[in-house]
Parts: sequence; C-alpha cells; structure tokens
Amino acid sequence: MAAAKKGRRSSGSQGYPGRALAVILIALVALTGGIFLSGDRTPRLGIDLAGGVSITLQAKPNQGGAVTKANMNTAVSIISNRVNGLGVSEAEVQTEGSKNIIVNIPKGTNADQAEKQVGTTAQLFFRQVLAADMGVPAATPKPTPSGSATPSGTPSTTPSGTATPKSSATPSGTPSASSTAQGRAVTGALTSGVNKAPTPLPTTPPAADPGTSAGSSTSSSDVSVPADLQAKFAALDCSNDAARHAITEGAKPTQKVIACGKEGGVWEKFVLGPSLIDGKRISGASAAFDTQQGNGWVVNLNFDSKGASQFTKVTGDLSSAADPNNRFAIDLDGNVQSAPVVHQALTGGSAQISGSFKQGDAEDLANVLKYGSLPLAFDTIDRTTVSAALGGEQLHGGLIAGAVGLALVVLYMFAYYRGLSLVAIASLLVSAGLTYTIMCLLGRAIGFALNLPAVAGAIVAIGITADSFIVFFERIRDGLREGRSLQPAVAVGWPRARRTILVSDFVSFLAAAVLYVVTVGKVRGFAFTLGLTTLLDVAVVFLFTMPLMTILARRKFFAQGHKWSGLDPKSLGVKAPLRRVRRTHSSETKEA
Amino acid sequence: MSKLGTLGHRLHRGEVSYDFVGKRKLWYGVSILITVAAIVGLAVNGLKLGIEFSGGAVFTTHTSSVSVSEAQDRIAGDTAGHHATIQKLGNGGLRIQVSDIDTTTSKQVQQKISEDLKIPTSKIDAEIVGPSWGKEISKKALQGLIIFLVLVVIYLAIAFEWRMAAAALVALLHDITITTGVYAIVGFEVTPGTVIGLLTILGYSLYDTVVVFDGLKEATRGITKQNQKTYSELANRSLNGTLVRSINTTVVALLPVAALLFIGGGLLGAGVLNDIALALFVGLTAGAYSSIFIATPIVADLKEREPQMRALHKRVLAKRASDAQKAKEAEARGEDPDAAADADPQDDDEATASAAAGVIAPRAQGGASRTQPGSRGRGGRNRPSGKRR
Repeated sequence: MAAAKKGRRSSGSQGYPGRALAVILIALVALTGGIFLSGDRTPRLGIDLAGGVSITLQAKPNQGGAVTKANMNTAVSIISNRVNGLGVSEAEVQTEGSKNIIVNIPKGTNADQAEKQVGTTAQLFFRQVLAADMGVPAATPKPTPSGSATPSGTPSTTPSGTATPKSSATPSGTPSASSTAQGRAVTGALTSGVNKAPTPLPTTPPAADPGTSAGSSTSSSDVSVPADLQAKFAALDCSNDAARHAITEGAKPTQKVIACGKEGGVWEKFVLGPSLIDGKRISGASAAFDTQQGNGWVVNLNFDSKGASQFTKVTGDLSSAADPNNRFAIDLDGNVQSAPVVHQALTGGSAQISGSFKQGDAEDLANVLKYGSLPLAFDTIDRTTVSAALGGEQLHGGLIAGAVGLALVVLYMFAYYRGLSLVAIASLLVSAGLTYTIMCLLGRAIGFALNLPAVAGAIVAIGITADSFIVFFERIRDGLREGRSLQPAVAVGWPRARRTILVSDFVSFLAAAVLYVVTVGKVRGFAFTLGLTTLLDVAVVFLFTMPLMTILARRKFFAQGHKWSGLDPKSLGVKAPLRRVRRTHSSETKEA
Repeated sequence: MSKLGTLGHRLHRGEVSYDFVGKRKLWYGVSILITVAAIVGLAVNGLKLGIEFSGGAVFTTHTSSVSVSEAQDRIAGDTAGHHATIQKLGNGGLRIQVSDIDTTTSKQVQQKISEDLKIPTSKIDAEIVGPSWGKEISKKALQGLIIFLVLVVIYLAIAFEWRMAAAALVALLHDITITTGVYAIVGFEVTPGTVIGLLTILGYSLYDTVVVFDGLKEATRGITKQNQKTYSELANRSLNGTLVRSINTTVVALLPVAALLFIGGGLLGAGVLNDIALALFVGLTAGAYSSIFIATPIVADLKEREPQMRALHKRVLAKRASDAQKAKEAEARGEDPDAAADADPQDDDEATASAAAGVIAPRAQGGASRTQPGSRGRGGRNRPSGKRR
C-alpha cells in the first residue's frame, strides 16, 4: 500500500524494531545492574517518608552580624541553598525561636558532611599578606615533608603561586611548579581565567623564591605589623588545632589578623592586612579539574562588576610591592586557602583558588561560596534523628491503595484493549522500571530524594504515560476502521500518534525546564521529577511501544484481529472483508 | 467487545456524536457556576497556610513512649484546627509542629498536649518556628510559573495558533481556580505538597488540552478547501473522534488517584495522602473536562469570527440548502438512495447536520438532528461505506 510505505519511510526506527527494543532493554538491564552494583536498591526517601537527621544550629551572638530576624532569614535561605542547591534532596530549613535554625536532612545523607556545609560561615576575604612564615616553628630543620623532587631542598612554604598576566593560564604553571616542593600541584595560583590562551609570560619574574619568602618577615611602610600581632604571630603554631581555632575567633575584616594556611600538606602562617575585597563580590563559583596546569581540583571564582574593578586595582597595587607583601591571601573563615604572588594587575574579573583539594572539598567550597557567606556564625547545638513526618501506617495505606489503583488500571486496559493491553502494560512496566532505577541511582549521584509530592507526581505520570499508548492505539484502530490491515495501520498511525505525543510532551517538558531553572527548593525537585518522567515517556514510546507494536503486527494473533487481540475488526465496527479505501482518503481529516 | 469499543467506532464514523460545540453555552454556564462557587469558597474560607509557609509552634517532649500515630490520634483535637506534624526524635522524645499559631495559642496547645500525652507541661518545650518555605521559594515559584505560561502561550501560538493558546490558558485558569477553590472549601492546609499537586494539575491540564488541540488541528487542516462543514462542526467532530482517547486517558489517570482517595484515605486512614489525592482527583477531572467542554468550544467560537470561517459558514449553508433540494427531488423520483450516497458526502451529512445545528441555530438535541426531516429521508445510514465525505 502506498500509504504504508509512506508511513514506513517517515519513521526511522520502524525498519528495525528489534534494534530499538534491544537498546531500551539493554538500558534497563544496565540500570538494574547499576542499582545492584551501587547497592542503592531503593530510592532515597524524603524526610516526610523516611525521617532523617535534624541539626539545630545556634547563632553565636558575638561574631559576625547581629542576631536579627533579617539576618536569620538570610541565613536560612543560604543554608537551604547549600543543602538543597539542586532542589532534589528534600532538606528542610527553618528558624526556631529567635536564634536557632533547624536543618532537617533526609536519611541516607552524609550528616557529617551536611553539618559541615550548613555550619560553615563562608566569610571570604581577600587580604594582603603582611608577613609569612612556616606554620610550624619547630619544623625548620626538617626538609619538606613531601620530599618529592624539589631542587632546592628547602622546607618549602610554597608561596609560589603565580599571578599571571590576564591572558596566560598554562605557562604560569611551569615556573612555579619547578620551584615548589610538591610535584603535583602549583599550590596557590591566582589565575585570571577569562582568556585561557597559552601565551608566554611577558614579564613574569621567576616565581618567588621559597627561601626568601620564608625568611623575610615584613616590611614596607604601610604594611607594618603591630607589636602584639607580631608576638602572637611568632608564637603561633599552625599544626595545633586549638591554636588555629583560637585565632579565627573574633577576627574582624577591617583589622589586621594572623592566620594559618595549609598548602600541599605544609602549614604556613601569615599576618594579613585588612580585607581588600569582600567575598560578597563573588558572583559565581564552580569546582573544576585543572588539567592544563596540573593543579588538580580548583575552585573558579567570578566577581561581580564592582568586585572585578576592585580586584584589578588591588592586584595592580600588590604587584609592585615587595615580597611577601605582593602576596594575596584568600581568607575563608579565618583560614588562608591560598596565598599566591601577584605579578601584575589582573583584569579578568575572575580568580581561582587552588590548593590540593580533593574533588569533594572543591565542590563543597564552590557550593558554599556560590550561595554566599552566612551573615552570622553558628554552632551546632544539637543533632538528633527524627522519624518520618508521615506515619508508617499512612505510607503503608498509601502504598496498598496505589497498588489497588494500578491493578484497576491494568484491569481497565485489559477490558478495553484486550491483547493490546499487554503492550500497554509491558510499556508501563518498562517505564516504571526505568524511572525506579534512575531514581535509585540519582539518590547517590545528586542526592535525589523521593518525597510525598513526588510520589503523587509519579502517580499522575501513570496517566500521562498511558496516554501516549492510548493515543497510539486509537490511531491504529482508526487505521483499521479505515479499512487497512494491521501492519499498514500501525505504519500510518505511528507518525500521527508520534506528533501528538511529541507536541504534548514538549509542553510538559517546557514546564519542567522552566520551573527547574527559575525556582528553588521543592518546586525544583518537582520540576526535576516531571522532566525525568516526560523524557522517559518519550523514550519508552519510541524505543519500546512502537517497535513492539510493529513486531506484534506481524503476528497472526494480532494481524488477523483475533477476538482477544483488541484489534478484532468486528468489535471495531469494520466488516471484513475490508473494503478498499480510496487512496485519497488516507490523509483525510480524521481524529484518533 | 466492550460497549465503549463499539461506541468508539460509532464515534469514529460519526454515527454517534455529542454536540459539545453546539451546546457550549450550557457548559460555559456550568463552568462559570463552578468557578464562581470556587471563588466564593476561596473568599469566604480563605486558604489555610501550612507550617512551611506561616511558621508555627514546635513542641518537643523529652521522652515519650507514645508512637507517632498514637500521638496523632490523641492530640487530634488539641491544635485549634491546625495541622500537626509529629516526628519521633532519636532520644525518644516527640517533636510536634503545629502550624500558624502564636505564642498565646501555643501555651494553650501546650497545656492540652500535656494532658493528652500525660507529660507534665514542664517537660514540653515550646518554641515558635519560622516557615521553612520562605518567601523566596514562593516568589521564585510564581516567577517560574509566569515565565512558563508566557512561553507556553508563545509555543502554542506558533505550533497551533493564538486562538488555541488563548483557549488553553482559559482552560488552565479554570482548572486551577476550581482546584484552589476546593482547597479552600474543604479547608486543607496549603503545604509544599499541595502547591506541587497544583503544579502537577497545571501540567496535566495543559497536556490534555494540547492532545485534544492536536486532533483539532489535524481535523481542520484544509478546511477552506471544502464547503461541507463549518469550523465548529469539524471541531465537534474531532472532539468526538478523540473522545475515546480522552475517556480512556482520564480513567487511567484517575483510577490510581481515586484508589488513593477512597481506599487509602477512606478505608485505611492515610490522612495526609487524602489531601493530595483529593486535590489531584478534582484537578485531573477538571483538566479532562475543560479540554473538551471549554477549550475547544472557545477555539471554535473564536474561529467562527474569522472572515474566512464566516465565508465558509455561508458556503456550507448554501451547499446544504441545495443538497436538501436535490435530495427531495431524488426522493420524488424514487431513486435508489444508495447510488446517490456513493457520489455525495452523505455519511457525513448526518454528523454535519447535527453539528451544524449547534452553530446555526443552537438546538437542544444536536445528536437527534440526524433524524431531522428535510435534510434526511435517505436510507442506508449504517452502511459501512468507509468513506467520510
């Protein structure tokens, strides 16, 4: 039939139904294998379904800003972004009383990591280094602990980060790497990341000599170190946790402070000037793996326009200062993350923090920086498990009801579509299998947690998914009513059904995409689920239902319209033998 | 087999049809009535905001042997009509959160809880908690919604046409208003769950409308090249053609929700699930209803105002009049009606006439017009001619 050929040409997968089926079945098997390998055999459940850990934070009154309602609310929204940036982890954050914040995290989340994330104040300042020394005074005679191929053999304090001229990223690694004790990473590179073209360094002096920077204490007129700080600085032992913790207490951005930093496993201590640029000027942060310079995991920062101009000016000023005052410390909550040397003004509006991060650390830091610093400092005062908000019996009842509902759907489909319902039910099962396994795997990958609204969404998704099959089946049956035999009916019905499915699923996907991009929190989680189920719907119809139907259309049982096939011409109102249809009618205005 | 199956083929062949478009005024009226009721309910009852939006009080007991569901039962009447969320803490205590109450009410509630749980008041800490669903989330959700609606209208205007976009939007607002009204009337709390339920409904409503419109678009392709049917008739025909799909999809979508609502909520007492299930049930029903009874008739209404469609309308009427004339003459000559049938679009005439009835002069019984005299009078109505025009 002409019409049949036309239909076949326009649907690519129809020629090879077996291949498409194989693709989706392999995907299903692979995903199933994935959940067994990863051990996540059930999706992570939200706090309303599974309970979790509740962390209570208390604002420290004497640090940071005042404990006001506005500051508390800001802190809540920042913390909630930190623990639920993707919107899929179902964490809840709320204030309690006037100075507490409760963070509820669903079961299965790493509570320690979460606690660290929510509690980190993340106040970031860029300060000038006034003085630097090895962090552990007693360790002076000892050569560098990392003991790798360092030419000088000096106890490297590794101040050798180079600030390169705005263009170059790659070459900056070369000189500095050679001068560091650590073979694997340039320990503090401040790179303007806008233009990555590997041009040679025009004026870069040799990277700071570790010996000089370690030995020299300070100088220059405007960078004097007050006597009391000098004394504290001399006494400071960075390897001592308590001492390190003590110096971060009460540190004010407007004052000179002492601080510790660990780069490449070696402690270095600093006297730092007042804050030159506030971390609030950071407009974005992301973790990246630096392959070009071998810095390992780094955190890239972008400044807003004001921050960018400040940064240009400050780096310009610093580049002309004497060592170590030409160094720039990135001070996060009182700890120096890195302290690179600046050689000339950096104009790109972006900076990079490097410093032997592990992937997780870099991601956490980027996450924390991205959502800004907390206006208040917090202590964790309580951490306890909480049970599900939805009683176990309720959930149980819900599950039974859901099962009954599904059984009814199967019955209804069978009653109406007979043999065809097997195709629909198999498709629903494949769809459910894919959704389930993907949700399980996403639990670990991005912290996806299934909560009650998501379950409700999944139930509605049954309807939308089944609709795709129903549209398709009705098209096929229309084809039969128009007098075609089954195979051509499938071939002609499919392009029509396909268009309907794509057009309507596009609307769902649009909703999901827009809501995901624009919103935060639980709405984002919903958008994610919606988008996922919509994509799976399309995948299942294209790769499973249609090929299966094409194959089954060749079977006698269906092709000859067996009474139980759901395609019985009699019950469709077609009287066999089928009457010829005029070709012109194949494109007729008819509806499924 | 099933009656619906037979109905399917009869609908397909236009033997049975319901005049959705013709009787649109009736359904507009019904919808307006329901919508007004929903708005009144909303105005009178207002929406009860859950703890996630309004904050509330949290009561913490240090130790308790009472289980969560037991506690739920015992304090059911204590919370001044507000919803209580109860969680068991790691140390054996209970955390009871009650939405939307202030300090004074909180004291009374604390008192009552202490009596019902038989724990001295001093062993229950009470604190006021802030909303966990901040203004920011609501604001961004609304922002996202507006951006989405603008985009979807643009998309529908391009993929279909602006009239369909407008009609889809009306249907959407209709569904959302009704569902929100039900929230208010039944009086359940607006939690993030219900907001998400609402978004789900929004998605479904649009989805369903688009599926119906897709059929409509196909049915009305090349409409100006013929003079047998008006836009409204074709629209009605397409609705009837998609009716089986609409019914099946709605049934399949509603069955699990209904099970959740009636079995889960009614028999097994899954309280919180009830809220969501009811919202979804109402929303899905409204979504399916509005696609057929509201959205498509609005498109037809708007289309019929186009000059092209008006001209078509006139042509159709003229053609019909002459056909009727011919038929009479043929009858008078005693010709075999079957012979005439193959040459002319007789099968369709039935549906056409019935649908036309709705447009030309709204008649109470669109479907019955098949038996109308004048244009009828020929036999062989159920002939499996297999052709439509």
